[in-house]
Amino acid sequence: MQIDWTHFTPWASLAGGILIGVAAAMLVLLNGRIAGISGIVGGLLAPRRSDVAWRVAFVAGLLAAPLAMAFYPQAPRIDAGLGMLVLAGLLVGVGTSYGSGCTSGHGVCGLSRLSPRSLVATLAFMGAGIATVFIARHLL
Amino acid sequence: MNAVAAFAAGLVFGIGLIVSGMTDPGKVIGFLDLAGRWDPSLAFVMAGAIAVGFLAFAFVRQRAQSLLGGAMHLPQRRDIDARLVGGSVVFGIGWGLGGFCPGPALVSLASGEAKAAVFVAAMLGGMLLYTAAERLTSGSRARSDQAP
Repeated sequence: MQIDWTHFTPWASLAGGILIGVAAAMLVLLNGRIAGISGIVGGLLAPRRSDVAWRVAFVAGLLAAPLAMAFYPQAPRIDAGLGMLVLAGLLVGVGTSYGSGCTSGHGVCGLSRLSPRSLVATLAFMGAGIATVFIARHLL
Repeated sequence: MNAVAAFAAGLVFGIGLIVSGMTDPGKVIGFLDLAGRWDPSLAFVMAGAIAVGFLAFAFVRQRAQSLLGGAMHLPQRRDIDARLVGGSVVFGIGWGLGGFCPGPALVSLASGEAKAAVFVAAMLGGMLLYTAAERLTSGSRARSDQAP
């Protein structure tokens, strides 16, 4: 295995991860809710009135983050073309709905709660992601 | 007060995603590409987030209410079914193809990435497809659930 030392950012990624953990802690301690982005957004698409305000507020905070940060650590590298991004978006939307969560809900909050469902889900989407990148980059 | 707390949590979450580098799909795909030049950064994000999250969720486990006095809404299910595994595999394929998962895609959308907007629109479309499919099949599912 070869490490990509030019892009590897252990300290920034650890610090960012701690902030993500703090945010998940804030939401569960103050609001009693799981910080799962797909679940929060999905709940807005089939809304129940008592349940909308905190979801809108959380998403607004997420959208405000780039404004609060006047800089980006580095320019994003988006290699996928538009057609591929449409396909990827559809798969992520459908998959996180049926799988009840994404990287944040299962990967961060679920593993933090030692949830067996989230462990299985995280292994499944990590495995599928690794297999997909292997096929796309090294076989096709 | 609940909305203010949720906004603050969302803001910190988004800043964390930016600081961690996870808003860069190239970095995510660099992590998933074990056979290429591997970027282990995402593992450090998970480690930092879970270290804090573990303490927070251990603390709330004994609580009946949130600190603001509301109800706790924690998942109770423990069953592992085909929807969980199949859905997660489909999500993983989409994640590997685009390098975006829902959180970083939303943050990148707000920073003005046109390609992120295309991804987010398709993702919302996928979620709406699920909602529509559930409405269509909810009758038959309720019946089949009663089968032994």
